[in-house]
Amino acid sequence: MTTTSAAPGAATPPAGAPLLEVRDVRKHFPGRSAGLFGRRGNPVKAVDGVSFALHQGETLGLVGESGCGKSTTGRVIAKLIEPTSGSIRFQGKEIADLSTGQMRPLRREVQMIFQDPYSSLNPRHTIGTIVGSPFRIQGAHPEGGIKKAVQGLMERVGLNPEHYNRYPHEFSGGQRQRIGIARALALRPQLIVCDEPVSALDVSVQAQVVNLLEDLQNEFGLAYVFIAHDLSVVRHISDRVAVMYLGKIMEITDRDTLYEAPMHPYTHALLSAVPIPDPTVEARRERILLTGDLPSPSNPPSGCVFHTRCPKYRDQLSDGERERCRTEEPVLEDKRPGQSVYCHFAEVRSDIIDGEAPAPRSTGIREVIRKTAAGAPGTGIE
Amino acid sequence: MIRFILVRFAGMILVVFIVSVLTFGIFQLAPLLSHTSPVYYYTGKVPYPPGSPQLQALIHRFGFDQPIPVQYWQFLTGIFGKTITDGTSAPVQCPFPCFGYSFRQNDLVSTLIGNAWPVTLSLCIGAAILWLVGGVLVGTFSGLKPGSFVDRAGMTGALAAVSLPIFFTGPVLLLLFVYTLGWLPGTGYVPLTTDPLGWFESMLLPWVSLAFIFAALYARLTRSNMIETMGEDYIRTARAKGLDRRTIVVKHGLRAALTPIVTIFGIDFGTLIGSTVITESVFNLRGLGYLSIQSVRQQDLPVILGVTIVAAVALVIANFIVDVLYAVIDPRVTV
Amino acid sequence: MASTTPAPAVATARDAELFLSVEDLKVHFPTEDGLVKSVDGLSFELRRGEILGIVGESGSGKSVTAQAILGLHKGSRARISGHIWLDGRDLVPLSDEEMRGVRGSEIAMIFQDPLSSLHPFYTIGDQIAEAYRVHNKVSAREARARTIEMLEKVGIPNAPGRVDDYPHQFSGGMRQRAMIAMALICQPKLLIADEPTTALDVTVQAQILELIKDLRDELNSAVILITHDLGVVAETCDHVVVMYGGQCVEKGSVDDVFELPEMPYTWGLLGSMPRMDRVRQERLTPIPGQPPSLINVPTGCVFNTRCRFSDHVEGRRCFTEHPQLLPTAPGHEVRCHIEPEERRRLFELEIKPKL
Ligand SMILES: Nc1ncnc2c1ncn2[C@@H]1O[C@H](COP(=O)(O)OP(=O)(O)OP(=O)(O)O)[C@@H](O)[C@H]1O
Ligand SMILES: Nc1ncnc2c1ncn2[C@@H]1O[C@H](COP(=O)(O)OP(=O)(O)OP(=O)(O)O)[C@@H](O)[C@H]1O
Ligand code: SF4
Ligand code: SF4
Ligand SMILES: [Mg+2]
Ligand SMILES: [Mg+2]
Repeated sequence: MTTTSAAPGAATPPAGAPLLEVRDVRKHFPGRSAGLFGRRGNPVKAVDGVSFALHQGETLGLVGESGCGKSTTGRVIAKLIEPTSGSIRFQGKEIADLSTGQMRPLRREVQMIFQDPYSSLNPRHTIGTIVGSPFRIQGAHPEGGIKKAVQGLMERVGLNPEHYNRYPHEFSGGQRQRIGIARALALRPQLIVCDEPVSALDVSVQAQVVNLLEDLQNEFGLAYVFIAHDLSVVRHISDRVAVMYLGKIMEITDRDTLYEAPMHPYTHALLSAVPIPDPTVEARRERILLTGDLPSPSNPPSGCVFHTRCPKYRDQLSDGERERCRTEEPVLEDKRPGQSVYCHFAEVRSDIIDGEAPAPRSTGIREVIRKTAAGAPGTGIE
Repeated sequence: MIRFILVRFAGMILVVFIVSVLTFGIFQLAPLLSHTSPVYYYTGKVPYPPGSPQLQALIHRFGFDQPIPVQYWQFLTGIFGKTITDGTSAPVQCPFPCFGYSFRQNDLVSTLIGNAWPVTLSLCIGAAILWLVGGVLVGTFSGLKPGSFVDRAGMTGALAAVSLPIFFTGPVLLLLFVYTLGWLPGTGYVPLTTDPLGWFESMLLPWVSLAFIFAALYARLTRSNMIETMGEDYIRTARAKGLDRRTIVVKHGLRAALTPIVTIFGIDFGTLIGSTVITESVFNLRGLGYLSIQSVRQQDLPVILGVTIVAAVALVIANFIVDVLYAVIDPRVTV
Repeated sequence: MASTTPAPAVATARDAELFLSVEDLKVHFPTEDGLVKSVDGLSFELRRGEILGIVGESGSGKSVTAQAILGLHKGSRARISGHIWLDGRDLVPLSDEEMRGVRGSEIAMIFQDPLSSLHPFYTIGDQIAEAYRVHNKVSAREARARTIEMLEKVGIPNAPGRVDDYPHQFSGGMRQRAMIAMALICQPKLLIADEPTTALDVTVQAQILELIKDLRDELNSAVILITHDLGVVAETCDHVVVMYGGQCVEKGSVDDVFELPEMPYTWGLLGSMPRMDRVRQERLTPIPGQPPSLINVPTGCVFNTRCRFSDHVEGRRCFTEHPQLLPTAPGHEVRCHIEPEERRRLFELEIKPKL
């Protein structure tokens, strides 16, 4: 069902082998039992065949509606939960089915930062204890002792090292998020999975944290998987972006292409829904409203999983084309160089953000792709 | 829901089974450890010298020479009725639920327990009602206005009550109301069926002294739950709707604040049934606690076994009811 | 074209009757650490059919303002002064009991987190019907029918089948719709939405904002929309109040304030958010420093600890003299000591190119 190309959307990969290679990963949670003597329901297909690659120093943005499986994907990559199937290669080593013990040396390489900066910090522990805990858990003995290392980290993320003995509640939201970042950095990881690290912060604090993450990336060559539903922040921080829907990647490509020439109808809807702080632009933009709710991930629609809400399916396709959307599942494949899309009728639209298509650039990104070429029958069947 | 109840029910049976295995195991271990014949623990005497054929015959009659699993099986099936004889006196018919015969007290264990449990149940139910009403009322009013006079008075009282043990409050109450003022009759149990008023009078002081300590705990619990609940966003929503204060407090606040109390109450009540020892001895009530103390003192194993199983069943049933109740109260609990 | 936009729409709205007028509102909380001046001298007005946005960073007093209008501080230790005129009646002196009749029927409110704002033990239908029955003497049946009608109106599919669901059985977007249905069931004249979409993702946010606009059109209600997302304001609101440290630092029509913002804090706010519609910047520009203490509010301008333009004011007035909220163009008011011409020059030269 998935493309055979190793890393969709990576036409021009940075030199060298990828740091992380995720292929056809699935995570199905056991379903709930329903009814009186009900048997177990269908499994919840939280992540259903996700593939991508990530290089050192690179940021992959992961966007999509609530419940589409972003956090689950992040937790699988960080091996906080076990994938149901699929392959996760880290530095060329298969880690998908390593046991907890075997994972241990790798744990320090992959860290995670969580959304809620308060509930992810133990309120009874001091900042020193929290930031130093990775050292203790891994049995690491940094030079000059743990306390010195922790204070160095605190300084690096912009916290006052003198606040070593303070408790989380004495810090503001942005500062708490810095504590989480310091903890994630402690063991000098290669990869940090950031699960909505700035969603709970207001814009000004958000800018501080985003800048900090970027500085750390430049300094340590970190790779990020950056989960967010704020598409403006994702554009700012990511090198490549994957759009998820119902456990699957709908579109994955480099940042500029995704925002300037998105091809998937779902990407169009997402981008059009982001309000822009300029009333004149707002006035001329088209808002593509998605109707209805996300279908249940335990009972996804047939064919293209997006067809129940797809505006294109609803408004633009002929009956024959609709039939195809309903019965034949698209595959995530390159529709244009470096742009993988899961749609039979993918088509570039450049007017989503600004309300009008900007003048074509010389780079040739916006060459027009004929509708038929993208959705030619015969492709995408396996 | 039915599925949930069935699953819980199966779990219940499992727990009782485990408890019976454990107590039965102790029954087996005790003679081994003290190098006494099991006949002694069973009948309270060893009528024949060790090694004599009559003793062997007796051991055989009781089945003590059988493999342990077989003995356990006989014990289990015996619960549904059997005939008991020690070979010297007349055989006794022991109907369901049969936990054996106490040769020390010359009665069926089930009869002994049957006489004792109404006492304990009266004690526990009455005390529970008292402490629930008292604790929740005090806790609610304290929690609605934390820091107010009502709150401080209520919580000071609660603190005092928690620090007063029953072996202190009990005798003090007795001294005051029975021996000094003479308002209430002396100690001892009056069955509800024979004299309801007498029953009430005889139980009043035990109830109060037992409820005291629990009421204090429940008041504090209710108070903290109430404070937390009244700070919840949905209370703000209720105010924003324009509801009056009483509806907000009772319908929206109390309902949520009391839910955790249901759980704790179930466990407390279940535990209490097997642990009213002190209250019963202070007020001279012959309930389950009294019975178990007495049988431990006399090394009367059949009674200990019976009381333990009854207490376990009570605890498990209480937990079961709480679980079902909780699922009914809180729709988020998936059943 | 930028500085003077005497939009005819504003002129006609001005003629219309003021519906809500907040005058010099102060909400102070006595605490152990001192007096917290959460809202300190806030004034704004609102007409029917208008949407007013209130923006500002966390802790600037947005929610406290909203709750003061609804009288939710009554019965607490909060000290409230000033006037809140609703349709010619001052709400500030009313008692909690008198305010009860206003809440839900004349003013309704929706909150940020729809899950925690709904009671977990009662069905969605019960909770909405309850809001209706407080203010209307109707039977349970009628209330239920009306509830279903409202749920349909806010776009809950299969409303008759879903009224008896509990909040946890709804998705985030549906819960917020249910909250809106609850708020609108008595057809309030004023709807206050306190960060109604912060907990929701963009697609659902777009639906909810659309819904609020539709309902405003239908009921001709006034709406106060609190948010810290300037994009939401630009998309939805007619007027905007920018709050900082419990005070209004800039207010005006959305077109004016976004076209030519004049207060350095508004500049900072606009500059710190990444924007999809502009060329991507290498770095974001956060407002340096921390929000002011609301207990020891700085003398002079509240923003002076973080403002990089205070040297554009003669002397040290930024640190000694509290600036007044003064009109700079019709319907556009700014609280800053810098001369208006200078502010506009600074914006065009230094700020705008970097947005
Ligand atoms: N432990 C679990 N058991 C069962 N289902 C789960 C579990 N964890 C997540 N899910 C389901 O998997 C799906 C994906 O959840 P996930 O948390 O990954 O979404 P998300 O994209 O991170 O959403 P959000 O933006 O709300 O954080 C959801 O339908 C969720 O209900
Ligand atoms: N009951 C109270 N007692 C003391 N201080 C309070 C109380 N309620 C609010 N405050 C303070 O008033 C200030 C303003 O709070 P408010 O909730 O209005 O902020 P906000 O602008 O809504 O922020 P956010 O964007 O985080 O919701 C905060 O500093 C808060 O700590
Ligand atoms: S395959 Fe059809 S339904 Fe699916 S996204 Fe493309 S057009 Fe829409
Ligand atoms: S008054 Fe002074 S400190 Fe305040 S915003 Fe204006 S320039 Fe900055
Ligand atoms: Mg998530
Ligand atoms: Mg708020």
